[in-house]
Amino acid sequence: MIGSVHSWDVSIGVDGPGTRFVAFLAGCPLRCLYCHSPDTWYRRSGTPTSTDDLLTQIRRYERFIKVSGGGVTLSGGEPLQQRDFTREVLTRSKELGLHTALDTSGFLGDRADDALLAATDLVLLDIKSGDPRTYRRVTRTGRLDPTARFAHRLGDLGKPVWVRFVLVPGLTDDPENVAAVARLVAEVPTVERVDVLPFHRLGAAKWEALGLTFPLAGTAPPDPEAVERVYAEFRGVGVPVF
Amino acid sequence: MEARNAWRGFTGDGWRDTIDVSAFIHDNVTPYDGDAEFLAGPTHRTERLWRELQRMFVEERSRGVYDIDTHTPSTITSHAPGFIDRSHELIVGLQTSAPLRRAIMPAGGLRMVEAGLKAYGYALDPTVHAIFSRYRKSHNAGVFDAYPEDVLAARRSHIITGLPDAYGRGRIIGDYRRVALYGVDRLIAERKELKRALDGKLSAEDVIRDREELAEQIRALGELKEMAAGYGYDLSGPATTGREAIQWLYFAYLGATKEQNGAAMSLGRTSSFIDVYLERDLAEGTLTEEAAQELIDDFVIKLRIIRFLRTPEYDELFSGDPTWVTEAIGGKGLVTRTSFRYLQTLYDLGPAPEPNLTVLWSPDLPEGFKRFCAQVSIDTSSIQYENDDLLCAAYDDDTAIACCVSAMRVGKDMQFFGARANLAKALLYAINGGRDELTGAQVTPPMPAIETDVLDYEQVMAAFDRTLDWLAETYVDALNVIHYMHDKYAYERLEMALHDHPVHRFLATGIAGLSVAADSLSAIKYAQVKVLRDTDGKAVDYTVDGDFPTYGNNDDRADAIAVDLVERFMAKIRRQPTYRDSEPSLSVLTITSNVVYGKHTGNTPDGRRAGEPFAPGANPMNGRDRHGLVAAALSVAKLPYASARDGISLTTTVTPAGLGRSREERIGNLAGVLDGYTAAGGFHLNVNVLDRATLEDAMAHPEKYPQLTIRVSGYAVNFVRLTTEQQRDVISRTFHGALW
Repeated sequence: MIGSVHSWDVSIGVDGPGTRFVAFLAGCPLRCLYCHSPDTWYRRSGTPTSTDDLLTQIRRYERFIKVSGGGVTLSGGEPLQQRDFTREVLTRSKELGLHTALDTSGFLGDRADDALLAATDLVLLDIKSGDPRTYRRVTRTGRLDPTARFAHRLGDLGKPVWVRFVLVPGLTDDPENVAAVARLVAEVPTVERVDVLPFHRLGAAKWEALGLTFPLAGTAPPDPEAVERVYAEFRGVGVPVF
Repeated sequence: MEARNAWRGFTGDGWRDTIDVSAFIHDNVTPYDGDAEFLAGPTHRTERLWRELQRMFVEERSRGVYDIDTHTPSTITSHAPGFIDRSHELIVGLQTSAPLRRAIMPAGGLRMVEAGLKAYGYALDPTVHAIFSRYRKSHNAGVFDAYPEDVLAARRSHIITGLPDAYGRGRIIGDYRRVALYGVDRLIAERKELKRALDGKLSAEDVIRDREELAEQIRALGELKEMAAGYGYDLSGPATTGREAIQWLYFAYLGATKEQNGAAMSLGRTSSFIDVYLERDLAEGTLTEEAAQELIDDFVIKLRIIRFLRTPEYDELFSGDPTWVTEAIGGKGLVTRTSFRYLQTLYDLGPAPEPNLTVLWSPDLPEGFKRFCAQVSIDTSSIQYENDDLLCAAYDDDTAIACCVSAMRVGKDMQFFGARANLAKALLYAINGGRDELTGAQVTPPMPAIETDVLDYEQVMAAFDRTLDWLAETYVDALNVIHYMHDKYAYERLEMALHDHPVHRFLATGIAGLSVAADSLSAIKYAQVKVLRDTDGKAVDYTVDGDFPTYGNNDDRADAIAVDLVERFMAKIRRQPTYRDSEPSLSVLTITSNVVYGKHTGNTPDGRRAGEPFAPGANPMNGRDRHGLVAAALSVAKLPYASARDGISLTTTVTPAGLGRSREERIGNLAGVLDGYTAAGGFHLNVNVLDRATLEDAMAHPEKYPQLTIRVSGYAVNFVRLTTEQQRDVISRTFHGALW
């Protein structure tokens, strides 16, 4: 099977637990204002890659990952936009004995069939916002309810979830919005942790390279107090926050 | 009688009748598999003493040196006892009569001494000049009397650089522990016996040399006792307590540093040896943990102020005033509480490049120790790691590291240090028929130049192979001359007295520019490389059409080229006759000299511009490792240790966020990466955990970062003591990070 892969990387401690082979699949339905990889929006911007070739690449790191502790993460773009490819790579990675993670916004969560989720050990769920209007504003093309539905389904399936939330001053930092995300987190019993990711502008150069205007060029990273407030909000629902 | 008291409570017999420190450690070591909870912090005394020195460091940094004794050629006994603060020092002894006052050692080379003095506004005592120019010849003078013309040409063109022909070769580790365990009298008796055994042999040249060397060794041991007596210590017999064991061992090391300005003056593998004594004191109730740590802190303070007088040219190669007081810590079965205590000095005294703390890593080390090492790396960027599994297989479990990555069995192996040859430049010579791409001078004997416009891989490889034949021969030829003369004029009497006889010798060659050469060949093989020639017909630049795989991405197409280069060059080195039948070895290590090698090398077919620094050691070229630290590390791990037994160095910089989100996670993840790299056969790893912004701020405000330590190829430096050029090089390297 052929998929469109933007790039791959071996990261440490940032795409799930331990050292991980991360494949970034090309194509995403969302157009988040803070996106740090606009070069992965379109499927055509990836390289056609067979599952065999990607697995060959993964196997080069199999031993390292097993010794050091880690796994395979499919990220993007939005990996669920290439559901069949994603399912096969996750399944075959799991057959190698590797821990598997799916990094998704959940917007296409309805597409994830049970077989795909059975091959997924951990879902890294990027909840863009808790308030539907803010969700729309942030993602420009998305809606909150598919993500919420997906989160609940993961909880029902007993699937471990790490929630990510990008804190952007003036966009996602409204206390109501943060509280709404925290409420959603509280409703999903399998959420093991929340990563609060302070907004940064390091992706701006990629927008420029694509001839696009970075919409948040004038937005500064949140101050430490704001980050601490959000930490406290999530801690309040009894989940470890990083 | 005395020995029995000194050896009270020790077990085992193998080490009593023969000099065998390794057997002693095996019989008496108490391995520790717990965590770092037991450690004690610094005492007020330690903090006060260290503060006093820190004040002096500020002055030293601003002037380059603190003070120099320009009158007294240094020997083991040349200087009166010196102190930092006599009544508050636990371990005593300085190289000269005052801290940070540097000594002159003209036996290595008078020119180096005079140039070093001049650089800092000093002049040599005319009497010393007269002695060493009129009456006493130096190593340096001997070498230049005997160098053949082609070596001089290779040296001038910088295809071979950094040769220890004007300074002490170093990289010899005396087994300083012997002095503590046996006392000097016993060691002298052993040497006399060895010498007597040679009386029965006919006086052939090698026998005469051995007899003279043993006589010198015996003399040096006598001088060591004399030096210690000046401080009020009698080293005749063995040490009886932990404090004495450290003091005896340190005196032996100090004696070596008083007589040799070696490029690297490494300490060996002392922590778990010392631990045996500290454990006994703790068991006897004469020592507390705080007092044990205080002794180690005081010892390390002394090691941090070892100084040598060097020239600005030397500093250009090896910046930051390095001494390479390398100490190998840990290893399977040999992690003790004192292994932790040595690392704890980086907290008690703050981060520092010296002593060059080197952890011998294996996935099988106790978890508590692994986590502590990872934590110290994250907090201080001051330690390096070498693969204990590879070391144990190639040597034994009493192996130490000289300099950065050079392994030697303590007291059994020594090496003839040989700097490095520039492989990237050799590739350009192959294309230009042996003419230098910058000067146009014919450096090799004339060879056919490549005349096509587009480079053909097979044709270039054939020419490169011929060039490497010439390079290997010329290079080893130079080393044979150097080490003959070093033995003759600047023999390491004390260090060699603390080795077995006969000793096993390595001839340690090295290469620079591996990644540039590999990527250039990859470009020629997988893309289309066109040559641009000047009016003289000399290839001066290249254009690359198409993509090509680069070394450092775990891509076999490029990595195989690097592997081939290492094996190919080592095979050629092995074919050369070597001085004293030394066993040839090879390192892939540049320390900071990658900047200078790059400066002297023209445009290369991989797209690197003339003068641009090489990547350090075995590193992928800066910015060309595009898939993260692990992919780069696995490329380096493919280089075969069997063909590079003098070590393969990888330096990485990762941002804190690039290791995980919380401190606990980062510690676990870094330990995991070290396990994975070691299991993959990677030999050496320097770990820096830093943000680029920190380094940029340190460039702008050096006064804020007096102790900022970073690992460069094989050792650590104070960042603020690097040249601006080297600082820029470090900042331009790949930082493996995470966007979030």
